[in-house]
Amino acid sequence: MKFDKPAGTNPIDRMAVVGRPTPRIDGPLKVSGKAPYAYEQQDVPGKPAYGYILGSAVAKGTISAIDTTRAERAPGVLSVVTHRNAGKLGKGRMNTAHLLAGPKVEHYHQAVAVVVAETFEQARAAASLINVDYARESGAFDLAAARAGAKDATGSDAPTSVGDFAGAFASAGVQLDQTYTTPDQSHAMMEPHATIAAWEGDSLTIWTSNQMINWGVKELAATLQMPPEKVRLISPYIGGGFGGKLFLRTDAVMAALSARAVKRPVKVALQRPLIPNNTTHRPATIQRIRIGCGSDGRITAIGHESWSGDLEGGGPEAATQQTKLLYAGANRMTALRLAVLDLPEGNAMRAPGEAPGLMALEVAMDEMAEKLGMDPVAFRVVNDTQVDPEDPSRPFSQRNLVRCLEEGARRFGWNRRKAPGQGREGRWLVGMGVAAAFRNNINGKSGARVRLDRAGGVTVETDMTDIGTGTYTIIAQTAAEMLGVPLAKVTVKLGDSAFPVSAGSGGQWGANSSTSGVYAACVKLRDMVVGKLGFGPGDAQFEGGQVRVGNRVADIADAAKGGELVAEDTMEYGDLAKTFQQSTFGAHFVEAAVDRYTGETRIRRMLAVCAAGRILNPISARSQVIGAMTMGVGGALMEELAVDKRFGFFVNHDLAGYEVPVHMDIPHQDVVFLDEADDKVSPMKAKGVGELGLCGVGAAVANAVYNATGIRVREYPLTLDKYLDRLGEVA
Amino acid sequence: MTEGYGAISRRDVLKTGAAGAAIAGSIGPGQAALAQPDPAAPPRAAVGLKVNGQAVRLDLDTRTTLLDALREHVKLTGTKKGCDHGQCGACTVIVNGRRINSCLTLAVMHEGDEVTTIEGLGTPESLHPMQAAFVEHDGYQCGYCTPGQICSAVAVLEEIRAGIPSHVTADVSKPAPMTTVEMRERMSGNICRCGAYSNIAEAMADVAGVKA
Repeated sequence: MKFDKPAGTNPIDRMAVVGRPTPRIDGPLKVSGKAPYAYEQQDVPGKPAYGYILGSAVAKGTISAIDTTRAERAPGVLSVVTHRNAGKLGKGRMNTAHLLAGPKVEHYHQAVAVVVAETFEQARAAASLINVDYARESGAFDLAAARAGAKDATGSDAPTSVGDFAGAFASAGVQLDQTYTTPDQSHAMMEPHATIAAWEGDSLTIWTSNQMINWGVKELAATLQMPPEKVRLISPYIGGGFGGKLFLRTDAVMAALSARAVKRPVKVALQRPLIPNNTTHRPATIQRIRIGCGSDGRITAIGHESWSGDLEGGGPEAATQQTKLLYAGANRMTALRLAVLDLPEGNAMRAPGEAPGLMALEVAMDEMAEKLGMDPVAFRVVNDTQVDPEDPSRPFSQRNLVRCLEEGARRFGWNRRKAPGQGREGRWLVGMGVAAAFRNNINGKSGARVRLDRAGGVTVETDMTDIGTGTYTIIAQTAAEMLGVPLAKVTVKLGDSAFPVSAGSGGQWGANSSTSGVYAACVKLRDMVVGKLGFGPGDAQFEGGQVRVGNRVADIADAAKGGELVAEDTMEYGDLAKTFQQSTFGAHFVEAAVDRYTGETRIRRMLAVCAAGRILNPISARSQVIGAMTMGVGGALMEELAVDKRFGFFVNHDLAGYEVPVHMDIPHQDVVFLDEADDKVSPMKAKGVGELGLCGVGAAVANAVYNATGIRVREYPLTLDKYLDRLGEVA
Repeated sequence: MTEGYGAISRRDVLKTGAAGAAIAGSIGPGQAALAQPDPAAPPRAAVGLKVNGQAVRLDLDTRTTLLDALREHVKLTGTKKGCDHGQCGACTVIVNGRRINSCLTLAVMHEGDEVTTIEGLGTPESLHPMQAAFVEHDGYQCGYCTPGQICSAVAVLEEIRAGIPSHVTADVSKPAPMTTVEMRERMSGNICRCGAYSNIAEAMADVAGVKA
């Protein structure tokens, strides 16, 4: 099915199931420990051996010698796989660095070897007996130092320019020119990257934890230089990804190589202390923002430049993305500049681009509002646009940013906000902050297969994944709505490359895209059902387990009397995303309290108001947003991979050193979804919220801390060492 | 603390300890092809646990953590390994009534101990009230930290009822109050990267019968 004109009325509009708050259908399995994650799969041919990965001790250089003799002799050891015996390996299109080092080392903790043994304890002990000699080379590890040598990004990341930015900025009555920095961040999902691999002849099955099943199949096949048809990838439950499991990682490759070496299944989980350096991370940025305004508060010039680094062949952190679209202004420019760094590979982490971009832009907007003497909400409202500011012939498909801001301000009690440094409650300095949220909607081609059995049961199969986003439930809701059956009649099977290829989970495209694929398959199945029942043409109603055309009625199960009906289809998209700018919007409000003696910051209240099209399941959508708000608090106040600029690695590479928010850091959170349905995006009329929820949160926190203290910090995270000396004398 | 093996029947061992027993002394097919084993082979030991009310006897490499004993030998994989270093809380189980990080303790240290894992609290068909509250309040997303959160949450309410003070207890001479602040403080060793904290607080308050 192709979606190439705005959706008319369709069965989803009934919203008898879709749009209703629905507890997760996979919930009982998850809360009772019965949902099997990758390392826990029991359905494996033979008892798996255990793999333990050794990471490189240097960031850049060459392995000059590697002695595995002692490890091989250690009790229980079955094999040690290194570049010397792994065979020729390719590299996936989406990996920048290789997933097995040797002889070249491309980054710290790049896999150097995997030890395979009968038990985990044996493999771990033996890994410490491998002796590796490195010829270490010097590298570039400091973004600030590499900034001058950074080059303009190319392709879709190339610099943009509209009007005369330089002239308009120079002549603007009120100007802001500030630089902000965001650090490297780690996804820190709770489930480590893990894989069980088993070979049967030349066919490979891997049970793994991956957001993108079809990418994973292709990339693993490319890496192992085998046909993709011979790879089966199974990933029914994923213990968090946040972009860190978009791509093939070394656990899958090492498990496959190990299983081939020892001729039996092997299970490998990346040890937690390897994850931040071995896998990908969100790259640090240096961002310069210039805004020029008239005294009426209207933006006449807006410029955003961002510098980031990556390994040779990598890409930039696209932190200027939102600045092309968020605010009006006739004269504008953006530029992404990329430096080559020898730190571990940078890549997508939840809301790549916008998350760090808005951390800077929305603080700049706060600063500009203050310069203008305007309320930060009013300043944003004045600069709203209903068209793409770079190409005014393109309207937004739907844009309710102003409503988000105004509704949020009303609900949050924004009018009680005081001047910077004036909110006092005993030892606490109290302030409020606001930021706009913005993230584009992306639709991806997505397929599904739907089966109707004799008992009227419906089974949906798609290689779509549920990374905690609630996919199982919204897909069941979609099928139940389309076929008029109760939710309990629907079984959803996900995350298996034997199923039709879906859009996968990433870029907040998953919910809308995957349910649209299910919609397409259900449309086909409805036609089959009507045909089987021998009903003539006409508008078929599927409701209450029955099918009705005119005055003819039958149980839907009757259609499958003669055997199961199976329909498969894929939703594809036309040009509507070119004609209309499709985006999601929101406003974040935060109240923060800073201890005037110790500088400790506590978040007291948080509110997000989101406009993201139809909300398929308000329960799981709300959870996506509060979870993102929590991650935003982390980004604002604590998360930072500390770079060792001498040796080129992230020092705090575990969950003790890399601090993320815990229970005590997060207050009760409120989320409001505006009642929307966007007919330009898909028949579901839905967009994504999973990344929108993170966009702008960090800035809202930073603006609240500024409002509390009157001290502006432009280097994230806002740890107290950056402002404690400016909190003033303690009485 | 040690109860010995008196309560364990042969049937129980066969029923629940088979996986662990099968591992004992096994030598992989590849081993013979390699050089002589290191004479300093690590010692093994037998340990008897009571897991979710069932007696389990295991013969283990003494380096095996309680977490790996549960997951890899008893095949109770509801208890999760998030970090293996006591940093995340995903491996929380209840041992003799108190919650612990099962990754930070060796299985052989628990002779005779009563271990309750997420599987022992309830099943999908018959959920423990805390498990049901997590479903109702959506106190999770990816689900990986969830068993640890739930084991911790159950034990936290007991700790507060038992009057055990915490960092945020204003007056340690009095019983700690059943408040969400007490709960949030005590739950702070259980990381949820999906950020379901606000919902978990509501689930716990619901079970405790207080206002979130």
